[in-house]
Amino acid sequence: MPQELTLTDQNFKDEIKQGITLVDFWAPWCGPCQQQGPIIEELAKEVENAKVGKLNVDNNQITAQEFGVMSIPTLIIFKDGNPIETLVGVHQKEDLKKKIQDIAK
Amino acid sequence: MPETKNLIIIGSGPAGYTAGIYASRAQLKPILFTGEEPGGQLTWTTEVENYPGFPEGVQGPKLMQEFRKQAEKFGTEIIDAKVDKVDFRVRPFKVWSADKEYQSRAIIIATGASANWIGLPNETRLKGHGVSSCATCDGFFFKDKDVVVVGGGDVALEDANFLTKVTKSVKIIHRRDCLRGSEFLQKRARENKKISFVWNSEVVDVLGEKKVSGVRVKNNQTNEESDIACDGMFVAIGHHPNTEIFKGQIELEDKAGYIVVHDDTRTTVEGVFAAGDVADFKYRQAVTAAGMGCEAAIDVEKWLENYEKVIAKEADKKNC
Ligand SMILES: Cc1cc2nc3c(=O)[nH]c(=O)nc-3n(C[C@H](O)[C@H](O)[C@H](O)COP(=O)(O)OP(=O)(O)OC[C@H]3O[C@@H](n4cnc5c(N)ncnc54)[C@H](O)[C@@H]3O)c2cc1C
Repeated sequence: MPQELTLTDQNFKDEIKQGITLVDFWAPWCGPCQQQGPIIEELAKEVENAKVGKLNVDNNQITAQEFGVMSIPTLIIFKDGNPIETLVGVHQKEDLKKKIQDIAK
Repeated sequence: MPETKNLIIIGSGPAGYTAGIYASRAQLKPILFTGEEPGGQLTWTTEVENYPGFPEGVQGPKLMQEFRKQAEKFGTEIIDAKVDKVDFRVRPFKVWSADKEYQSRAIIIATGASANWIGLPNETRLKGHGVSSCATCDGFFFKDKDVVVVGGGDVALEDANFLTKVTKSVKIIHRRDCLRGSEFLQKRARENKKISFVWNSEVVDVLGEKKVSGVRVKNNQTNEESDIACDGMFVAIGHHPNTEIFKGQIELEDKAGYIVVHDDTRTTVEGVFAAGDVADFKYRQAVTAAGMGCEAAIDVEKWLENYEKVIAKEADKKNC
């Protein structure tokens, strides 16, 4: 079963350049991120037409800055390397699946 | 027809999970809806220093995961969804979640409270782009920047103090000319060189195209408006109880909408009980919410013993 990717400043561009990727920008000290985390892990196992990844903003500030992340959790859905949708705050699994479906269409 | 449950618990903060622990140990086989914020308000904070049993402190999210495990261990059925609608005018009561209907003899409402926003269009637009209600989450993004904190209560002071660890400066914008709340926090804020105060002022607009560049404030004594340049605005102006879906079903207190309870945890509808911040505007602590969750579960257990009698009495009333 697919697992969520661990994204870093180094591998980010490569991992998101093709297809749809949902990225969870998070940090260990952020409470709401602890709610989002398990949802992202489940999502990664359940979606087939998209990759799902997590980026720890604490260690990867360049990427977080590049996409203007100023609040966590922030979820950004990329298509072929471009940010298509930015979601701020905790989001439920079904919600995210639907957003991914809409973008895949 | 959906199966009739003994007890549905709405909410997964300290009150809801504690009710789950007690009710499942009493063999009531409760279902618990977590809502959109599993674990409740404590998951927004880092260190909780006043929950008994943790002399070294405990992380809010961690504490709430343990609450959940304990409720699950004794058989509370946990559903990660929010309740959209209720009907307390029929017996058994009806509850809808994600288009599915559930029925239950008793209900415990433990939907807690949520942070208030000022209610400005540009505040909504710039959420996540400099506007935040979670200093511990987002302070990190404002390293060496200037920020404002809106509010004058304990949470505002805690937030301001926390933010000075990373930011260049923090201005506290408060609509009065004095602070209320904890003396200790007031003293700490006044002595902190990075903190200054903007008194008698209300934020009337948030400025910035793509991200916050400042706020417009109005002095409520002189009615003069001025702009304060800043990169972030943290809002800490109190909380409101989550009672929207119960309007018209049970009595809510006029001013802020807290659930009115009598005889400990009973609401104005027999069989519907309430616990925690949703019914308590006085203490608002994790340990008191947990305590009230326990009370509600014990009250439900007693009340269910007489369920048949209650139903018969109500039927009698309708017949005459
Ligand atoms: C930043 C912060 C720091 C704090 N620090 C401390 C501290 O150090 N010590 C302390 O004792 N207290 C602290 N508190 C207060 C404490 O968190 C609250 O008193 C306590 O969480 C109240 O518990 P509760 O169970 O009543 O509700 P909450 O914790 O508010 O939980 C409410 C629950 O109801 C759910 N819900 C809401 N609507 C619905 C719906 N329609 N359907 C289903 N579920 C729903 C939510 O998802 C949530 O799970 C703090 C609060 C905040 C915000």
